[in-house]
Amino acid sequence: MAARVRVAAPEAAPAPDPAPVPPLRLTGSGTARADRLFAAVTRGAGGFVVVLVLLVAGFLAVKAAPALRVDRVNFLTSRTWDVAGHRFGIVDMLWATVTVSAVAMVIALPLAVGVALFITQYAPRRLARPVAHVVDLLAAIPSIVYGIWGILVLAPLLRPVQDALGSAHWIPLFGNEGYSTGTIFDGGVVLAVMILPIITAVARDVFERTPVAHLEAARALGATRWETIRLTVLPHGRSGIVSGAMLGLGRALGETVALYLILSKPPAGPFSPSLFAGGETFASKIASNAAEFSTPTQTGAYLAAGLVLFALTFVVNAVARWIARRGDAA
Amino acid sequence: MARRIEIKDLDIHYGRFCAVRGVTLSVPARSVTAFIGPSGCGKSSVLRTLNRMHEVVPGARVEGNVLLDGEDIYARDIDPVAVRRTVGMVFQRPNPFPTMSIYDNVAAGLKLDKRRLKRSELDDVVLRSLRAANLWDEVRDRLHKPGASLSGGQQQRLCIARAIAVEPDVLLMDEPCSALDPISTLAIEDLIGSLKERYTIVIVTHNMQQAARVSDRTAFFTLAGVGQPGELVEDGDTQQIFGNPRDRRTEDYISGRFG
Amino acid sequence: MNATLGARRRAADRTATVLITGCFLLGLVPLVWLLYTVASKGWHMVVTSEWWLQSQRGVGFRDPGGGALHAIVGTAEQVALCAAISVPVGLLVGVYLVEYGRGTFARVTSFAVDVLTGIPSIVAALFVYAVAITTLGGQRAGWLVSLALVVLMLPVIVRSTEEMLRLVPDELREASYALGVPKWKTVVKVVVPTAFSGLVTGVLLGVARVAGETAPLLILVGYASGMNTDLFAGFQASLPGMINDQFVNLGSGGQAYGLDANGNRVPIHNFAPDRLWGAALTLIVIVLVLNLVARLAGRRART
Repeated sequence: MAARVRVAAPEAAPAPDPAPVPPLRLTGSGTARADRLFAAVTRGAGGFVVVLVLLVAGFLAVKAAPALRVDRVNFLTSRTWDVAGHRFGIVDMLWATVTVSAVAMVIALPLAVGVALFITQYAPRRLARPVAHVVDLLAAIPSIVYGIWGILVLAPLLRPVQDALGSAHWIPLFGNEGYSTGTIFDGGVVLAVMILPIITAVARDVFERTPVAHLEAARALGATRWETIRLTVLPHGRSGIVSGAMLGLGRALGETVALYLILSKPPAGPFSPSLFAGGETFASKIASNAAEFSTPTQTGAYLAAGLVLFALTFVVNAVARWIARRGDAA
Repeated sequence: MARRIEIKDLDIHYGRFCAVRGVTLSVPARSVTAFIGPSGCGKSSVLRTLNRMHEVVPGARVEGNVLLDGEDIYARDIDPVAVRRTVGMVFQRPNPFPTMSIYDNVAAGLKLDKRRLKRSELDDVVLRSLRAANLWDEVRDRLHKPGASLSGGQQQRLCIARAIAVEPDVLLMDEPCSALDPISTLAIEDLIGSLKERYTIVIVTHNMQQAARVSDRTAFFTLAGVGQPGELVEDGDTQQIFGNPRDRRTEDYISGRFG
Repeated sequence: MNATLGARRRAADRTATVLITGCFLLGLVPLVWLLYTVASKGWHMVVTSEWWLQSQRGVGFRDPGGGALHAIVGTAEQVALCAAISVPVGLLVGVYLVEYGRGTFARVTSFAVDVLTGIPSIVAALFVYAVAITTLGGQRAGWLVSLALVVLMLPVIVRSTEEMLRLVPDELREASYALGVPKWKTVVKVVVPTAFSGLVTGVLLGVARVAGETAPLLILVGYASGMNTDLFAGFQASLPGMINDQFVNLGSGGQAYGLDANGNRVPIHNFAPDRLWGAALTLIVIVLVLNLVARLAGRRART
C-alpha cells in the first residue's frame, strides 16, 4: 500500500516560499453553470411526477366525459351497468367495493393492532426484528398468488363460517344467496390477510415511539403490562393506528387481481346486501371487461369507473396522511 | 500562500432573525486567530461566513464585506465554490467520507475537482498532506483502509490533511477539538502551531486555555441576551486579551464570572 | 378487597397476553399456509429442467411438458424496461426533494408522489390504455405494461431515495463543500455513494413490488403461450399472466375423459393446476429473493 506512494524527498512540507504571492482567483469557473444545470434536471424530474399525476387525472376525466354524456341512467345512483345499452350506474360496484373492504378492515384492524403490540411489547428483543420482517414478507407476496390461494384453498374452508353466520339470515348482511364460494365474505377475508402487514407496519412504528418516560411512569405506578399498554401505548399510538388503517383501506379499495379471481359474478337480479353473495368491485369489473373496450364510449364508461376509484383511494389516502402528520406534530 | 482577512461591518441574518451584528475585524496572514465567547454569540456563524459556508443553511444571508487580501468574497462575480477552495474548513466533529479509504479521503478534494492529476502527483499530495497533518506515521501501512477505521483524534487529523490537500490559503477550524480526548487535543494543538507557518488559521473554541495556548490573536464575541444578535466585543493580541482586557465583559468571561 | 382487585387485574393482564399472542399467531397462519400450499403444489414443476428451458407453445392443458421460460423472459423484460425508466427518474426526484426542494414547487412534487403512491394498479393501467390505445391508437403490447408499472414503481423509488438521502449526515455535505466541491458533485460523488446500499434496497423492493403486478397485464397485453421477446409487438407472457391463463384452464379439466388404446374411457389429467402452482412458486421465489437481497443490502447500509 504505502509502496504505491513514491516520493523522493523525505522533506514533508516545502519550505515557505519566497516567491511573490500569486493572484487570487475567486471568480466563477463554470461550476455555477453545472450546478444550475444539475438542479434544473432534478427539478425537471420532479416536474415530470407532477405532470404525470395531472395526466392520470386529466386523461381519465377527459376520456370518461363522452360516456357520461350519453349515460341513459344516473351514473351515481343507478344499479344498471349495461355498456352496450349505454347504461352506466355504479351503485353495485360501489357497494361491493365498500363491503369487501369493510369485511377486510373488521378482520384486519384488531388483528394488526394485536400483532404490532406483540412485536413491540411482548416479543423478546432478539425475536422482534426477524418476526417483523416475516410479517413484512406477507406484504411482498403478489396479489395474484393471494387470489389463487384464496379461491382454491381458503374459500372452500370458509364454508362452515359462512354457514354458521348464515344461520342469522334475518340480518340482511348475512342473507343466503345460494353461493358456495366466491362471495364478498371470501374476498374480504383474503383482503384482510393482504392489508394486515400494511396496518401492522404503521402501528408498529408508532408503538415503538411511545415515550420511554410514559412507559416508566406507568410501570412505576405498579401497572401490569396490559395496563401499561392501555394507559400509554394505545393512546399514544391512536393516530398511527388510524392512519395505518386508512392506508390499508386505500389498498383494499383498489385491490384488483385477488378479487378478480375470487369474486363470483352475480347474475342480474334484485339487489342483495348480503356478504354471502358474489359481486364485482370497481377494480375487478374493469379488469374482467377489458374485452369490452371496443368503442370510445364503452371504454369511457370504464374510465369513469376508474376515475371514481381513483378519487375514492385518493381521499382515503389523503385522510391517512393528514392524520399521520397531525400525529407527528402532536 | 497565507492571506489576510478583513471583515467589515458584517451582519448575519437567518431568515428574519439577526444572529450577528456589526463585526469589524482583521485577521493577519500566517497567524492563528481564536474566536471565543459564550454559546450563541455568533462566533461559529462569523467563521462560516469567511468561506461562505453559511449559505448552506436556507435563509441565511450576510450584509457587509469580507475581504481576502483586499478582494471582497461577496462581490457579484465571485464563485462560492472557488472561495471554499481558497478557504478550507475543519469541523467540530471529524467527518471523513465513510465510503472512502484514508487515501481517497485525503485525495477527495483533488479528485472531485475538474483538474485531472496523475496518480504519482496524487500520491505526492497525499503523502505531503498526511505528513503535514502529523498522521503519516500512523497510517502509512493502511492507506487503503476506510477512514472511519481511525480513532477520533486521527480522524480529525485526517480531516485536516484532507482540507490542506487542496492547498487552501486560509484554514478555518470550528471547535476542532471539542469531540476529542485530551491527548488527541494536544496533538491537534501541536499541529495548529506548525500549520500557521503556511496558513492563516482562524479557530473557534469554547476552551479558553486552548485559545491562550494556540492563538496569536483573540477575538471575543458575546450577546446581550437570548434572542439578541451576537457582537464582537474586542480583539487583539492574545496576551493582551487574556492579561489586560479593555472591556469589562471580556474580563468577566475570561475570569469565569460569566455563564 | 385489595386481593380481589389484584386477582382481577392479573386475570385481565393474562387475558390480554393470551389474546395478543393469539393475534400474532393467527397473523402468521396465512403466511405459513400460503407458502406451504404454493411450495408443496408447485415444487414438482420447478425442479424439472424443462420448466426453466421451455415455453408453453403448443402445449394444451391435457398435454404434459412445457415450461415457464416464456413467462420468466416476459416478466424480466417488462420489469427491466419499467426499472430503466423509474430508477433514474425516481432517483432524481428523490435528490430534488432532499437536496434542492424548498418552497411551493417542492411541496407540490411531494404531494404528487403521495398521490402516485396511492394509485391502484388498475387505474395506472387504465391511464396507459386511455393514452396509448384510446388516444394514440396503439396496439396492446408488453411495453405498455412497463409504462403502467412505472406509475406504480416510481413513488416507491422516490420515497426510498428520500429516506436514504436524509440518513446521510449534513456534516458530509459540508465537508465536501468546504473542500471547494460544487453541490452537484457533492451529491453525485459523496451523498449518493454514502447512501448507495440503501438506494439499492429501495430499487430491489420496487422491482419486487411490480414483478408480481397483474392488473396492467389484463388490459394492456394479451397472453402468449409461446416465447415472444419483442416488448413492442404482439402478445407477451409473464409469470402473473401465466398464472392467470392457467387459472382460466382449471375449469376445463375437471371431468375430462379420453379413450385409451383399447377404446376405454379413462380420466385425463389436467396439467393446469400443476402449471398454476409452479408459476406461482416461481414468482414467489423471485419476489422473496429480491426482498431478501434488498434487506441484506439495507442492513449493510445501516452499519
